[in-house]
Amino acid sequence: MRIALAATCIADTLFPGAPRATVRLLERLGHDVVFPRGQACCGQMHVNTGYLDEAVPVIRNHVETFAPAADGEWDAVVVPSGSCTGSIRHQQAMVCRRAGLDDLASTAEAVSAKTYELSELLVDVLGLRDVGAWFPHRVTYHPTCHSLRMLRVGDKPLQLLRAVTDIDLVELPEAESCCGFGGTFALKNADTSAAMLADKTANVRSTEAQVVTAGDYSCLMHIGGGLSRQRAGVGTMHLAEILASTREEPTPLPRTRTPEVAR
Amino acid sequence: MSAREDVLNRVRAALGGSGVGTTAAGKIGTTPGVVEVPRAYRAAGEHEPGSPEVLTQLVDRLEDYQAHVQVVSEDELPDAVAEVLGGAGSVVVPSGLEEAWLAPLPGDVVVHRDTHAGPDSPLGATDLDAIGAVLTAARVACSETGTIVLDGGPDQGRRAISLVPDVHLCVVRADQVVETIPEAVRILAAHPERPQTWISGPSATSDIELDRVEGVHGPRTLHVLLVT
Amino acid sequence: MSTFLGLPGLRRRVPDDGATAASAAEPWGAVPHPDEPLRWGESFPAAAKHTLKNEQLRKNLGHATRTIRGKRAAVVDEVPDWEALRDTGSAVKEQVMAQLPDLLAQLEENVTARGGVVHWARDAAEANRIVTEIAQAKGADEVVKVKSMATQEIGLNEHLADEGIAAIETDLAELIVQLADDMPSHILVPAIHRNRAEIRDIFLARMGDAPPDLSDVPRELAMAARAHLRRKFLSAKVAVSGANFGVADTGTLAVVESEGNGRMCLTLPETLVTVMGIEKLIPTYTDLEVFLQLLPRSSTGERMNPYTSLWTGVTPGDGPQEFHLVLLDNGRTDVLADEVGRSALHCIRCSACLNVCPVYERVGGHAYGSVYPGPIGAILTPQLTAASGGVSGADDVNASLPYASTLCGACYDVCPVKIDIPSILVDLRAREVDADRGKHKVDPWRAAMKAASWVMSDGGRFGLAGRAATLGHGLGGRDGVISKAPPPASAWTRDRDLPAPPDETFRQWMAEHEHGEQDGGER
Ligand code: SF4
Repeated sequence: MRIALAATCIADTLFPGAPRATVRLLERLGHDVVFPRGQACCGQMHVNTGYLDEAVPVIRNHVETFAPAADGEWDAVVVPSGSCTGSIRHQQAMVCRRAGLDDLASTAEAVSAKTYELSELLVDVLGLRDVGAWFPHRVTYHPTCHSLRMLRVGDKPLQLLRAVTDIDLVELPEAESCCGFGGTFALKNADTSAAMLADKTANVRSTEAQVVTAGDYSCLMHIGGGLSRQRAGVGTMHLAEILASTREEPTPLPRTRTPEVAR
Repeated sequence: MSAREDVLNRVRAALGGSGVGTTAAGKIGTTPGVVEVPRAYRAAGEHEPGSPEVLTQLVDRLEDYQAHVQVVSEDELPDAVAEVLGGAGSVVVPSGLEEAWLAPLPGDVVVHRDTHAGPDSPLGATDLDAIGAVLTAARVACSETGTIVLDGGPDQGRRAISLVPDVHLCVVRADQVVETIPEAVRILAAHPERPQTWISGPSATSDIELDRVEGVHGPRTLHVLLVT
Repeated sequence: MSTFLGLPGLRRRVPDDGATAASAAEPWGAVPHPDEPLRWGESFPAAAKHTLKNEQLRKNLGHATRTIRGKRAAVVDEVPDWEALRDTGSAVKEQVMAQLPDLLAQLEENVTARGGVVHWARDAAEANRIVTEIAQAKGADEVVKVKSMATQEIGLNEHLADEGIAAIETDLAELIVQLADDMPSHILVPAIHRNRAEIRDIFLARMGDAPPDLSDVPRELAMAARAHLRRKFLSAKVAVSGANFGVADTGTLAVVESEGNGRMCLTLPETLVTVMGIEKLIPTYTDLEVFLQLLPRSSTGERMNPYTSLWTGVTPGDGPQEFHLVLLDNGRTDVLADEVGRSALHCIRCSACLNVCPVYERVGGHAYGSVYPGPIGAILTPQLTAASGGVSGADDVNASLPYASTLCGACYDVCPVKIDIPSILVDLRAREVDADRGKHKVDPWRAAMKAASWVMSDGGRFGLAGRAATLGHGLGGRDGVISKAPPPASAWTRDRDLPAPPDETFRQWMAEHEHGEQDGGER
C-alpha cells in the first residue's frame, strides 16, 4: 500500500521518534510511506480552545495537503495520534461548514474517510495483530480518551501489544480515567490538570513498569512530564516505537530522570 | 403581555419564529427539522406475563431490595395475610379490598376500612401514623425492575394509606406480573389520570457516602404476597 | 473559605428549628448561600484552586463517585437494549424541543381540565412570587419541599424566608445541606462532599431534636432525620416540588425519588405547588416507558428507584385537593435559541455525567459556582445566564465554565439522552472567543492563537519553526528536560517537566531518509 503519513505537529517538532517508528514499522511490513511536505497541523488545538476562525487556515492546509488520498493517489493516511485522528474525523468538516466553506468541508470528509489512527490501520485495514515486534521490557498501556471514546479503538492497541515477543504487559489501574492533559486545559486549569495527573502517575508507578505507552504523544508528554518531575524512572514511548522494535533493530528504552543519588 | 404569552413567544422566537420578538437575551433561533423517533427498544420481554420465569425474576429483584416475599396459592393467601399482620396491632385496608383476605386475622388486630369519600375522610395523617400496617392489592408489577404499581383502584385505596403506616403488605396476583417496563406502562395507560405509586422495595436512601440504608420515610418494611 | 465570605447579599437559609443559638450563629458551610444560584464565587480555575486543597472533600468525592460509577455500570450492562433506549430518549427530547409551544399548551389544557391551576413564570423572581402568594393565601408559615433543581435554581427557599415562610427540605441530603447552611454540590446527592462524621456533627449542632448520643452510622443518621421530619410531614399544609417529567397528552406529572419524602409531600398536604422548567415535557404518557428505564439506572445505579409518583391534576379524595403548576422559563428559551447548545435542555438530571467526570471528581461541585455543577453545569449554566452575560460575557465568571473540561468524552458516553457535551463545550468556547473579538483589549491567548494559525497553516513555515526550535535542544541539559519555563508555559512546568526540543525534527530526518532510499542506501 501507498500510505501517506500525517506526522502531527507535536511529534514532528518535539517527539520525532513516533513518526520515525511509524515509517520504520510500515516499511518493514512492506508498504510505501510518503510524507507530504506541505503538512503542518490538523487544527485541533485551535478548535478545542474555541479559536475556530483561526483554525480554518490550518485545517485548509491539512485538507489540501492530503486531498490526493481522497483521489486515490494514496491508499490511506495514517496518523500516530488518536486525538488528531479524532479531530480530523469529527471536527474539521464542522469547522469548515460553520465558516460557510461547504466545498472544503466535503473534501475534509473525503480525506477523513481515508484517514486512520495507527492501530486502526494495522488491525482494521491491514488485518494484523502480530507485527513481528520484539520488546523485552515491562510496559503498561494508557488508553487515551480520544482514541477510546472518539475513535472507539477499543482494545486494538492491546491486541497489538499482546502479540509483541517478550513484552511484559501489565494492566494500568483506572486506565480509562483521563490524565488531565486536555490541550490548553493543562494551562487554563493547571491546578485541576495537575491533580488528575497526580492520580495517573501514581497508577502508572504502581505497575512498576519501565515504560508507559499510548497512541498519542500529547498525553504522553503530559504523563511523561509528571513522571520526569517526580524522577519516577518510568519512560514514555509511543505505541509505534514499541511495535517498530525488533531483535535486529531494537528501540532503546527512553532516557528517564531517576531519583538523585544522595550524596 | 401576560407571562404566558411572553414565555410562549420566547419559545417561538427561539425556534426561529418571526414576528414574535426575541428571547430574553435578544436571540432568534433556528427552526429545527422534523424529528424521527426510532423505537427499536423491547416493547415486551421474552416471557409471558405470569410465567414462571417472570415470577422468579420478580421474587429475586424484590428480595434484592430487601423486601420480604412469599409465594402462596389463592387458598393459602388469607392465612399468609394473618401471619404477616398478626402482630401489627392495627391495619388499614382500602374500601374495595376482598373481605375474605382478612377472615383469619386474629381478633386483637384492629381493622380500619378506609372509605374514601371527600375531604372529611375518616383517617387523617396523624390517625394513619398510629396504625401499624396497611394491606393493599396492586395494579401491575414488573419483574425486570422489581416494581409494583398501585393506581388507586378500589382494592388499593388512596395514596396516604399505603404511605404512612410503617409496614406495607401488598398482594400481587401472578397474572399481574409482566417482564418489562413498556408492558407495565401500556397497562397503566388505560387510566393515566389515576394517581400512581411505583414501589421498588422499601424506602431507601444513599445520601450518606452512597451507603444504602433501607427504610426512611415510606413504610420501612415491605411484604409481598405473590399469589399463584 | 474566606474568599466567599466577602460576597454581598449572603443569607442564612436555615429555618429556626430550636437549635442552640450559639451553634446556629456560625455558618457551617464553605459556601454560604449566594444571591445568584447560577453565578457565585470566582471563575472556575480560581475556585477549583481552593477546593482542590480540601483533601477531605477529594476523599469523600472519590469514594462516592467510584461507588456510584460501579453501580451504574452494572445495572446498565444488564439491559440488552440500552443503546436503543438512549436513541429513543434522545430523539423524543429533540422532538419535544421542536414542538415545545404546542406541547406546553397541551399540558396546560390537560392539567387545567383535571382541576389544576397553571402559572407561567418568565424568570426566577416571577416564579418565587407565584409560590409565595399561594403559600400566603393558604396562611402557611412553613412549607415542606421535595428536592428540586428548579427551586434551587430560582433561590425559592431564601425568597420564602424573606417573606417569613420557612421552607423545609425533606430529602436527606438536602436537609444536610440546609442545616449546614451550605450549597449543594451534586444534583442528585447534594451532600456528596460530606462524610458520615461531618453529617453527624451537623445534625448534632443544627437539628434541634437530634439524639445527643447520635453515632455516625448511616442508618442511625437516617433514622434521626426520619424522626425529625415526620411531624413536619404530618402537619404541613403546603408542599412544593419539582417534576422529573410532565406528560403533555395527559397532564400527568412525575416525581422520581427514593426515601418516601416525595410521596409524603405529594400526598399529605392540602395544597401542592410544582415548579417545572418548560423543557421537562415529554409528549405522551407511553414515553414514560423509555425515561423510567433510562433515569433510575443512570442516576442512582438501581434497576428502579424505590418510589415514583405520578399524578394528574387533582384526584377527589386522594392527595392534595389544590394543585398549582408553575412553568418556568428563567433563561431556558435563550438556551433553546442556540442551534448547538439547545440539546442541553434534553437533560433529565440523572447526574451520571458528574459521576464519571474526572474534573468534577477532583474539584467538587462548588467550584462550578452554580447549582448545576459538572459537565451538564458547564454547558447549561453559561447558557441559562446568557441574558446577563454568561458565555458571551467577557468578564462573567460563567464564561470560564466551558473550559472546565479536558473533553475526555466520558460524559457523552454515559448520558442517557446522548447529549454531546464535548461538542457543545467546544461550540460554547467558540462563542466565548467570538464574543470577545469585538472588544479592543489585549488578549495574549488570541495573539498566540493567531500567530500559531499563521505558522501552522503552511508546511514551509512550520518546518522552519520546527528547525528553529531545535536550537533549543541544549536547553534540556543533561536530562533533556526543561523544568522551569517562563509564563505561560510556567503553568505547565510548575508540576511537570517539558521535553527539550530534539536535535532534529521529524521532517529533517524524513528528508534524509527519503534521500537515502533514492540512493539505495540506509533503510
Ligand atoms: S447531561 Fe445527560 S448525563 Fe448529565 S445529568 Fe443530564 S441527562 Fe444525565
